[in-house]
Amino acid sequence: MGHSCDRPPQPVKDETTMARSKPQKSSGNPAGPASSVTPFKHRHLLGIAQLNQLEIVDLLDRAEAMIPISRQPRKILPTLTGKTQINLFFENSTRTQASFEIAGKRLGALVVNMSVKTSSVAKGETLVDTATTLNAMQPDVIIVRHSAAGAVELLSQKVGCSVVNAGDGAHEHPTQALLDALTIRKHKQRLSGLTVAICGDIANSRVARSNLMLLNAMNVRTRVIAPTTLLPKGIENIAAEVFTDMREGLEGADVVMMLRLQHERASGRMIPSPREYYHFYGLDAEKLAYAKPDALVMHPGPMNRGVEIDPAIADGAQSVINEQVEMGVAVRMAVLDALIADQPQVSA
Amino acid sequence: MTRPLLIENARIMDPATETFINGALLAEDGQISAIHEGAAPGAPESAERIDASGLILAPGLIDMRVFTGEPGHEYRETLASAAAAAAAGGVTSFVCMPDTMPVIDDSALVDFIIRRAASANGVHVLPAAAMTKSLAGEEITEFGLLKEAGAVCFTDGRKSVGSTALLRAAFTYAANFDMPIMNHLQDAGLAGHGVMHEGLMATGLGLKSIPPEAETIPLERDLQLAALTGVRYHAAQLSSAGSVAIMARHRKLSTRLSCGVSINNLSLNENDIGSYRTFFKLSPPLRSEDDRQALIQGLKARTIDVIHSGHDPQDVEVKRRPFAEAGDGAIGLETLLSAALRLVHSGDVDLMTIFRALTIRPAEILGLSTGRIAVGAPADMILVDQDYPWVVKESDLKSRSRNTSFENARFTGKVMRTFVGGTEIYRHHEDGQ
Repeated sequence: MGHSCDRPPQPVKDETTMARSKPQKSSGNPAGPASSVTPFKHRHLLGIAQLNQLEIVDLLDRAEAMIPISRQPRKILPTLTGKTQINLFFENSTRTQASFEIAGKRLGALVVNMSVKTSSVAKGETLVDTATTLNAMQPDVIIVRHSAAGAVELLSQKVGCSVVNAGDGAHEHPTQALLDALTIRKHKQRLSGLTVAICGDIANSRVARSNLMLLNAMNVRTRVIAPTTLLPKGIENIAAEVFTDMREGLEGADVVMMLRLQHERASGRMIPSPREYYHFYGLDAEKLAYAKPDALVMHPGPMNRGVEIDPAIADGAQSVINEQVEMGVAVRMAVLDALIADQPQVSA
Repeated sequence: MTRPLLIENARIMDPATETFINGALLAEDGQISAIHEGAAPGAPESAERIDASGLILAPGLIDMRVFTGEPGHEYRETLASAAAAAAAGGVTSFVCMPDTMPVIDDSALVDFIIRRAASANGVHVLPAAAMTKSLAGEEITEFGLLKEAGAVCFTDGRKSVGSTALLRAAFTYAANFDMPIMNHLQDAGLAGHGVMHEGLMATGLGLKSIPPEAETIPLERDLQLAALTGVRYHAAQLSSAGSVAIMARHRKLSTRLSCGVSINNLSLNENDIGSYRTFFKLSPPLRSEDDRQALIQGLKARTIDVIHSGHDPQDVEVKRRPFAEAGDGAIGLETLLSAALRLVHSGDVDLMTIFRALTIRPAEILGLSTGRIAVGAPADMILVDQDYPWVVKESDLKSRSRNTSFENARFTGKVMRTFVGGTEIYRHHEDGQ
């Protein structure tokens, strides 16, 4: 199940353009090809940092093949029938949790949602206890979001199944970076050589960190744009270019990725007010005009309209924000499929 | 368009290049259009000619620390009365502090100050905006919008921000907009309820005192944070020998640091308080003679960049109280230059160093085109009689408040005329106006 090999192995030439040349016709065979020829080597997806360029391309290719599943009348590719997926969200999230839930269900898995209220006291202890308890229920994959960086990795060490990081503090959010890359690749037919500007709260953003790692691995020219208060130390070693002026930073960009400003957290310290932030760092038509005319506008959501982005731009012709959400399901299907369906069956 | 102005036979001083020439200067359309050594080769027929024999022609002074009462306490001082006092003191630009009611912490209020000042006598009023909202020391203000409105720097005025984390955020954010931070230094806990310098004098008077460490500790903190964040940092006012030493050490490491000193701390010491004279109750407090000498040495060594008046109008009620209960501050716009010239006459500091600290250094710190005598620079200028004897009479003061610490002081040297943009805004009259 789930290991149909209708695609011959190909020599890797230009990884970033592989998707185009691939004769993948999954639409003709809804229940067929989802998995790549090369089995996914990792047991967990904890971050982009663990992936090399080939593995990133492999996941993007798998995700691309998943897109038609969600567009057909019967949205099912039952590669995970009989598998159990637990969504364990220590931090509130509507869209990411729904996206993982839908992805699992479209693959036929049994999906259980658990929202856990964290007490700030004894977080680590609670986390390990929870992991041990859940592990006893024999799940096949646990999707974890936690407010503390490193919490997901800690949990992964305590369970016998696969773990997917759905966001840990300001550390990583790998499926977001993959869905962003897939969205870009679909529109630009490549990643390598593009200029991508990531704007906003870089210091507190796991989305920024995962995206920077992924885009750097794919030879994208990465830029970050933020006021100095939202730029973490050493960022110049991660992003190719660092800007504090939005117009300079957007000059000639192919993609503009806006980040959500946690203004309730930043207000008064890092940023004096949403009004000032919007004036200098909000994406409006005037600033967007500095990017290339066909630049994509992206946002991981949920948006603060009028704080980091003009509503007219969010809903405008260059915006691919809703498409990012659709690609999110495809990417998560691909990740679940790669982690579970690809794993050799290990008996307890 | 104003008439061209030709000033002849002047001793022309440019503190930017540290040069003197004897000659003539022509100002047209608000700018200095020509400078000639010796006799003027010619000027437009319509030019107003001034014979400045025996006078120094220098840039108008730039005072980096002036409090007014507008908005909120207009009975103490309005922007117009402060500008009149400034003109009489040879000050053609001053930074007005945000400690008003309401506090200048919003771009609309910066705009208000600029528009109100525009209807005064032409003296440039440069608004300093609050570093934290309501000067509460808790949330930073909108530095970007305030800069766009015309603020020249950020400061909490008389208040000294205590939170290290907030200071770091403020410094980092100010660097984002390349704006200077000007911080008053007083550790609130250490200063406690102190009202004067800690020493024998305070002990004898039975007054609670403020040790110099209340200044050196926050200074050291600020300078380390400035290095961490890369901000342009101006220590508003040093008062002690220890602060001068700390500043000298840090200046070797960074060119983005500067500091000022109040003319009061350069001219006076704790002994001037005498028997509880509240006009000498200042912040920072007047310190020991050793501290004053160290400040003079710091100025000579150019560790100290700027001399300001610390002009702080207080009504009589606030000052007519027991020393410990009286308000801080003294006016000083009109006596700034004369008090500074005392240091020249006493042989402590040379004339050029004094003028640099009153003109070009503030201009450089604030990014202004004034503060220099050069072709193309704004014709903001003063004519100074270095040897003119006069006595400060309270009744002659233009300020709305009378709390001068130089009442009945005998000075040698005075501003004779003040020009802004080539237009005369003050002229001294022999009868004491």
